[in-house]
Amino acid sequence: MDIVIPSISFSAIMPELVLLAVGILILLLDVFSEKHSGKLAYIAVGGVATALFFAMTPITDPSTTFAGLYSADRFTQFFKVIFLIGTGLTLLISEKYAKENNINHGEYYSLILFATVGMMFMAGGADLITIFMGVELMSICLYILAGYTRARMASNEASMKYFLLGAFASGFLLYGMGLIYGITGQTKLVKIAGAISANSDNMMVLVIGAGLMIVGFAFKLAAVPFHQWTPDVYQGAPIPVTAFMSSGPKAAALAAILRVLVEAMNFIQVDWIMWVSVLAIMTMTVGNIAALVQSDIKRMLAFSSISHAGYALVGVSAATSDGVSAVMFYMLVYTFMNIAAFGILALVAKANEQNTSIDAFKGLFRTNPVLAAVMTIMLFSLAGIPPMGGFMAKFYIFMSAVNAGHLGLVLVAVINSAIGAYYYIKVIVAIYFQENPEKPEPVKAGPSLVFALLVSVIAVFVLGLMPDCYLTIAGKALLPF
Amino acid sequence: MGDFLWVIVLLPLIGAIATGLFGQKMSKAGVNFWALGSTGLSFLLAVIAFIELVLRPASERVIVNTVYSWIAAGDLNVNAGFLLDPLSGIWLLIVTGVGFLIHIYSTGYMSHDHSYWRFFCYLNLFMFSMLMLVMGDNYLLMFIGWEGVGLCSYLLIGYDYHRDAAATAGKKAFVMNRIGDFGFMLGMFLIFVTFGTLDYQTVFNNAHDKLAVGGAVATAITLLLFVGAVGKSAQIPLYTWLPDAMEGPTPVSALIHAATMVTAGVYMVCRSSVLFDMAPTSMAVVAVIGAATAIFAATIGLFQKDIKKVLAYSTVSQLGYMFMACGVGAYVAAAFHVMTHAFFKACLFLGSGSVIHAMSGEQNMEKMGGLKKHMPKTYWTFLISTLAIAGIFPFAGFFSKDEILYKTYASGNIVLWGIGAVAAGITAFYMFRAVFMTFHGTSRVEPEAMKHLHESPNVMTTPLIILAGLAAVGGFLGVPIIEGWNILHNFLGPVFEHGGTAHGPAEHGEHHLTTELMLMGVSIGIAVVGIAKAYIAYIKHPEITEKLYKMFKPIHTVIYNKYYVDELYDILIVKPTVATSRWVLHKLVDEIIIDGIVNGVGDFFVTLSSMVKKFQSGLLRDYALTMMLGALLFVSFYLWGGK
Repeated sequence: MDIVIPSISFSAIMPELVLLAVGILILLLDVFSEKHSGKLAYIAVGGVATALFFAMTPITDPSTTFAGLYSADRFTQFFKVIFLIGTGLTLLISEKYAKENNINHGEYYSLILFATVGMMFMAGGADLITIFMGVELMSICLYILAGYTRARMASNEASMKYFLLGAFASGFLLYGMGLIYGITGQTKLVKIAGAISANSDNMMVLVIGAGLMIVGFAFKLAAVPFHQWTPDVYQGAPIPVTAFMSSGPKAAALAAILRVLVEAMNFIQVDWIMWVSVLAIMTMTVGNIAALVQSDIKRMLAFSSISHAGYALVGVSAATSDGVSAVMFYMLVYTFMNIAAFGILALVAKANEQNTSIDAFKGLFRTNPVLAAVMTIMLFSLAGIPPMGGFMAKFYIFMSAVNAGHLGLVLVAVINSAIGAYYYIKVIVAIYFQENPEKPEPVKAGPSLVFALLVSVIAVFVLGLMPDCYLTIAGKALLPF
Repeated sequence: MGDFLWVIVLLPLIGAIATGLFGQKMSKAGVNFWALGSTGLSFLLAVIAFIELVLRPASERVIVNTVYSWIAAGDLNVNAGFLLDPLSGIWLLIVTGVGFLIHIYSTGYMSHDHSYWRFFCYLNLFMFSMLMLVMGDNYLLMFIGWEGVGLCSYLLIGYDYHRDAAATAGKKAFVMNRIGDFGFMLGMFLIFVTFGTLDYQTVFNNAHDKLAVGGAVATAITLLLFVGAVGKSAQIPLYTWLPDAMEGPTPVSALIHAATMVTAGVYMVCRSSVLFDMAPTSMAVVAVIGAATAIFAATIGLFQKDIKKVLAYSTVSQLGYMFMACGVGAYVAAAFHVMTHAFFKACLFLGSGSVIHAMSGEQNMEKMGGLKKHMPKTYWTFLISTLAIAGIFPFAGFFSKDEILYKTYASGNIVLWGIGAVAAGITAFYMFRAVFMTFHGTSRVEPEAMKHLHESPNVMTTPLIILAGLAAVGGFLGVPIIEGWNILHNFLGPVFEHGGTAHGPAEHGEHHLTTELMLMGVSIGIAVVGIAKAYIAYIKHPEITEKLYKMFKPIHTVIYNKYYVDELYDILIVKPTVATSRWVLHKLVDEIIIDGIVNGVGDFFVTLSSMVKKFQSGLLRDYALTMMLGALLFVSFYLWGGK
C-alpha cells in the first residue's frame, strides 16, 4: 500500500494556529507568572488581531487542503472574520467584567480562543469529520464558559443544562452523519454529493440523515423548537460569555448548514426550502413573542437573539446568492450590535450581575448620557431602524426573500420586526423617560469597553450607510450554487 | 481632479457634529473654531474646485466625484456622488461664500445668546444639507439635502423655542414645506418609474427617448417637481410661511430665507431644465406663478411696518422673478438673479439685523428714523443694496433684473413683462420707503433704546461691506449689451444646451440692441419714479401720505393684513383639518379603531407571550422532550417534502 502524503497548506489555517498558540501562551503565563494577570485580556486581543490580519489576506484560488478535509476559500474567510470580530469584542467587554467578577484567569481567555478555533473549523470543514470536530471543540469550551462564574448558582445550572442538551443534540448530528456515511460511504462533502448523484436508491435514508443533521445545527443556532436551552443558559452564563455565545456560534452553525446544504446535499431530492421557511417562521415568532414580556434585559436579549437567528434563516430559505450574501452581511452587523448591547448591559448591571432587569437602565440618560446614546443606537439597530446597519441587513434579507417569491414569509418577518421594535424601544423609554428612584452613581467604563463600543458604533453606522461594498465582499465569498 | 468634492460637503457636517456633541462644554472660541473653521475651509476648497472647473475647456466642465455605491436594491442603484458643473458651481460659491460671511457676522450678532453652540450646530448642519442638495449627482441626494434644509429651517426659525410665535412659525414653515416635499417625492417616483434611475446624467440623456415633448408624463413630472419648488421657494399658494419665518434670528433669515435655501426651488428647476423644456404647459405654469408671486408679494410689501417683513415679502417677490425667468426658458438669467439677489438680499437682511441689534430688538420702522448718523456703515451698505434691488444702474440687481425682463419680453410674453416691470417699480418704492423710514427723517426712537444706540462691531459690519461691494459690482459678470461680454452667459449657457431640444425661445431669441436699450430705459425710469414717490411720500410731504392713508383706509387695511390670505387658509384648510383630525381621526379612527386593534394585538401577543413563558418550564426533561418531538416532526415533515 502506498502512503500518500497529503498536501498541507498551513497558511490556510494560519488564524487557527495563531489563536491556538496564543491560547496556550496565556495558559502558561497564568501558571508561571502572577504579574501578567492584568494583561491576559490584551494578549488575547492581540492574538485575535493577528489572526484577523491573516484571515483578511485575500485568497486568490480557492482549494481544499489537508487531504480534502478543509476548504480554504473566501466563504471560510468571511466567516472567520465574523468570528474574530465577535471574539475580539467579547474579549474587550470581558476585561473589566472578569476582574470585577473574579474570573480573570488564563483559562477564561484560552477557552474563548479555543471555541473560536472550533467555529473556524465548522465554517471551513470540507468533511463531516472536520465539521463535527469543530462543533465539539466549540461546544465543550462553551459548556465550561457558561458555568465559569462558579459562585453563581444560575451559572452552574446553565452549564449543566447546556452540556446535557448539547450532548443530546450532538447525538442527532452524529446520527445524521452516520446515516449519510452509511449510504454513500463517504465523509467528504463533495464526494457525498457525487455519490448521491450517481446512485439515488436510498433517498429516504439520506433525507432522514440530512434532516437530523439540520436538527443538530439548528440546536446550535437556537432555532425553534430546539431553542429551549437558550434563555436559561444565556441568562445563567456570565454576560460576556452570553454575548459570545449568541453571536459567533450562531454564525458558525449557519455556515455549517449552508456548506452542508450547498456542497453535499444539492442532489438530495427534498424541498428543504419549505422546511427552512417553517423553521424561520417559528424561530422569529417564538423569539419575539417570548421577548415581549421579559423584564430582565439579559433574558430579553437572549430571546431577541433567537428571533435574529430566525431572520437569518429567512435569507437562507431564499436559496439565492443574494439571499446567502444577505445572511452573511446580517451576521456581520448582528455581531457588532449584539455584543455591544451585551457589553453595556455588563457595565450597567454592575459587579456580580446585581441587576440585569430593565430597572437598571432607568434614568441612564441622566447618569451616563453617552453610554445611553450608544445603547440607543444599538437597540435601534437591533430593531432595524435606519440609518443603522441593522436596518440594511434586514432590508437585504427581506428583499432577497421577496425576489425569491416568498412573499408570505417576508410578511411574517416584517410583522415580527414590528413586534420586536416594542421590546427594544421599551428599554429606550426606560433610559430616557423614566427616573431611577435610587439615584445611582454614574457607571465607569474601562478603556477596553470604550474601545469596543466605539468600534461597534462606527461599524453599525458604516455598515448602514455604505452597505454595498461589504455586501459585494460577501457576494464574492459565496459558495458556488 | 475634483475628487475632493465630498470633503467640501462633509466639512460643515463635522463642524455640526463637533459643536452639537461637545459645544455645551466648549468656550465660544472653541465653537467658533469648529463652526467657522469647517465652513471657512469648505469655502476655500470650493473656490479651488471652482477655479479648477473654470480652467477647463467649456465642453469639459463637468466634474463627477462618485464616492461609493450607496444603495443597490433591485433596480434602484444610487451612488453617493457629487457633481460640479457651472450650475452647481454658482450655488456652491454662494452657499459656502455667503454662508461663511454670515457665520462671521453671527459671532457678533449672537454673542449675547445663551446657547451659542446650538445656533452654530444648526447653521453648520444647514450648510451641509444645502451642499448635499446642490452638489448631489442624483435626485435622491438632492432630496436628502432638500429635507435636511427643511429640518434646519424649522430648527432655526424656532430657535427661540420658548417664544410662542417662533415655535409656531417653525411649525408652519415645516408643514407648508411638507406639502411641497410631497410633490417632489411623487415627481421623483415618477422619474424612477419612467427612467429606472435617479441619476441626473442618465435621466437627462434618455429624456428624449423616453418622453414625448409636451407629453403627459413629461408634464406630470415637471409639475410635481414644481410643486416642491413652490413649497421650498415660497411661491403662490405656499408662500405664507416665509414672512412668518422672520421669527428666526436675523442671520438665519439672511442665509436660509434669502440667499440660499429658498433658491433651492430655482436650482431644481434649472437642474431639470431638460425635462422642463419638454413640457411647455409646465413652463407656462412656472412663468405665470412666478409673475403673479412677483407682483402680489410686492404689493403686500408696500405697507408693512416690520423691517424684516418688508424684506421677507421682497424676497418672495424676487423669487417670483426667478421663476418667471425659468418659465420663459431664461435659466441663465434666473441663476444670475439668484446670485445677485444672494448678495444684496443677504446684505439687506444683515443690515436690518445690525439695526435691530442696535435698537435692542426693535423691528418696527415706525419707531426708527434718523439712524443714518448713528450707524453710517450700516446705512451706506443698506443703501447700496437697496439701489441694487431697485434696479438702478450700475448696481448688480439692475443687470440681472433687466436680463429677466428683456428675456421675458423677447420671448413674446408682453403681459408678463408688464407685470414684472410694474412689480419692479413697486419694489423700488417700498424698499426706499424702508430706507427713508429707518435711516432718514426725524428720529422716532424710544428714549430707552436711544441710550444703547450704537454702530455694530466690526465682525458684523465687515460682512456687510463685502456683501455691499458684491452687490455693487457683481452685475458686471452679466453685462448684456455687447455679445461675448456676458461672462456668466458663456459660462452657464452650455449647461442648458441640450441637443435638439425644443428650447425655450428666450435663449435663442435674437439679440436686439435697441429693444434692450429701450427696455433698460423703461425699467430705470420706473425705478426712479418709484424712488421719487417714496421720497415725496416719506421725506418731503409725510402729511400727504397720512391723508392718503386715511382716504384709502380699507385698501390699506386689506393690504397691511396681507390680503387676509392666512385667515383664508385658516378657515378653508387649517380649521377643517383640525376638526377632522380631532373628531374623526383622533376620536374615532385613532382611539376606537386603531387603538382598539393595537391594544388588542398587543394584549393578544402579551397573553401569548405569557403562555410561551409557561412553556419554558426550566426542567431539563421537558426541554429534551420538546427537542425530541421537534426533531421527530421536523424529520417526518422533511421526509414528506421529498419527492
